[in-house]
Amino acid sequence: MATSAVVTIAPTARVSRGLWHDALRRLVRNRPAIVGMVCIAIFVFGAILAPVIAPYPPNLPGQLGNAMHGPSLAHLMGTDTQGNDEFSRVLYGARISLSVGVVAVVFGLIGGTTVGAIAGGAGGIVDGFLMRVVDVLLAVPGILLAIGIVAWLGHGEIQIMLAVGISYSPIFARLLRGSLLALRESDFVIAARSMGASPARILLRHMLPNALTPLIVQATLAAATAIIDVAGLGFLGLGPGDPRIAEWGEMLTDASKFLQSAPWLIFFPGAAIVISAVGFNLLGDGLREALDPRLKR
Amino acid sequence: MARFIVRRLLVAIPVLLGLSVILFLFLRLLPGSGPAVAILGQHATPQLIAQITAVEGLDKPLYVQYFDYLGRLLHGDFGASFIDGREVAATFLVRFPATVELTIGAMIFAVGLGIPLGRLAARHPDSWIDGVVTVISLFGISIPVFVLGYTLAFIFGVELHWLPTFGQLDPRLPINPVTHFAIIDAILAGHWYVIDAVSHLILPSIALGTIPLAVFTRITRASVIDVSNEDYVRTARAKGLTERRVNSRHIMRNAWLPVTTVIGLETGALLAGAVLTETVFTWNGVGSWVVSSIENHDYIVVQSLILIFATIFLTVNLIVDVGYAFLNPRIRYG
Repeated sequence: MATSAVVTIAPTARVSRGLWHDALRRLVRNRPAIVGMVCIAIFVFGAILAPVIAPYPPNLPGQLGNAMHGPSLAHLMGTDTQGNDEFSRVLYGARISLSVGVVAVVFGLIGGTTVGAIAGGAGGIVDGFLMRVVDVLLAVPGILLAIGIVAWLGHGEIQIMLAVGISYSPIFARLLRGSLLALRESDFVIAARSMGASPARILLRHMLPNALTPLIVQATLAAATAIIDVAGLGFLGLGPGDPRIAEWGEMLTDASKFLQSAPWLIFFPGAAIVISAVGFNLLGDGLREALDPRLKR
Repeated sequence: MARFIVRRLLVAIPVLLGLSVILFLFLRLLPGSGPAVAILGQHATPQLIAQITAVEGLDKPLYVQYFDYLGRLLHGDFGASFIDGREVAATFLVRFPATVELTIGAMIFAVGLGIPLGRLAARHPDSWIDGVVTVISLFGISIPVFVLGYTLAFIFGVELHWLPTFGQLDPRLPINPVTHFAIIDAILAGHWYVIDAVSHLILPSIALGTIPLAVFTRITRASVIDVSNEDYVRTARAKGLTERRVNSRHIMRNAWLPVTTVIGLETGALLAGAVLTETVFTWNGVGSWVVSSIENHDYIVVQSLILIFATIFLTVNLIVDVGYAFLNPRIRYG
């Protein structure tokens, strides 16, 4: 972002369009990133069009006679322990697993950037206090924090989104605060300050837009882990809590009891999680290279 | 050096105090009619309500309760499960060795394979070898521990019958739990029982170690490539040193630094990952205990375990930081 200082004479709108335009061009030329977007697109369309594509409803009662048939033409991915079509459940599962994962990251971003912006913008005691809170949250490793929060809030999709979101927010808070601290001493911020811009205007208009790129990259990569964490919570029995809802993690818990007789019940939801996580990881790496070409790999 | 350690310790203390406040409130603010009933949930009987009110001092003012709680913590009293009535600290000492064994197994797998893979990829950047290694590490960070765990259990347990898929030891073997480390207990029992213990450890270690494996591979690759482009490496080559000597004395010695930091950070991920891995492989460690305590709504145990996990995580990070400062004098005096 060092260029911003040099080109301050040009109208800001044109400069920022240039940055995003260049980034987009680099992104679509990046083959792994395209593969990632395709992986994500498959599941996004699968989730949206599930009622149209899915050959069966995800949960028909009274199908036990049909239970645990292997993959066939009638049931592409076989049937599950309740006799429901696994392919349909994987499609409907994409709705929950992807949306909960992505919304969780959005929650984390909102919480984390608010804290990070206040800390990095205000500095002093406020910064010190907020960063100690962030340290406390970071001290609880990984998914354990989300597990604790779900145990506290109870079952449900919103609870999972909040739990995973809270567990991710310290990372975003630290990232944004770090960028803001570095920007505080940069020439264009000093220039804006000397021209009498208010602290809020400096923060929102000058510093935040320049601190955005690492957040975008981190959020995309976090979506991959969030999908895995949401499935993990479902797997541990801390999922939406309604057995009628198809969710990839919970589907795996059911399947794990029948590893010997119905291994495909592990394979298909498992593959769905892996492919969507691969998608977000590839897209995140691609975005990193596109937004900051100096950091090539 | 001593000043550095003290400074780092002083940073960890407020973090743990803050966490103890949050966990204390977690138990007090559970939704329900009154804390005692909320903590006990479905287990609430008049007798247990009276007991927990007395032990936790739930009828006293909040700040008095907190300082009582803190006082008990400092005496190593983490409370007792109200399901089996056993002290959290006692059960922890029995279960923790299993988690340590699993974490070490995963670390050996991740470091033992990840660093050579990263070096290999770095030696041939942008070649097909690099491509294969990149794909391996991409899948490593994208596959959930439990999906990998069940896949391994299916292939090597169910289909090939090569390795056991649950527990730490064959329960039929006459092995006394002396240290609660399955491998050490098996060695003490003799008769080559240790082979059984190691074979039980293999699949869970691979499942748990795959994410760190991917992370170490990426970091090692990036770090080695970075250092290889330094001027002093070019100088070393120009001096006519053998490639081997350039690698060991000039590249790796410096490339190690970021790798050590990440190894420390991944220990926390391993502890959290153990929660899932232990559930998949019915491993009797602390991780599966967290899960069963949540299923049983045994909140006192959950509260204590989160605090203990955080303490371990902070301690490991402290050790890594000190080790890092030891390796890198620029940090020590920075």
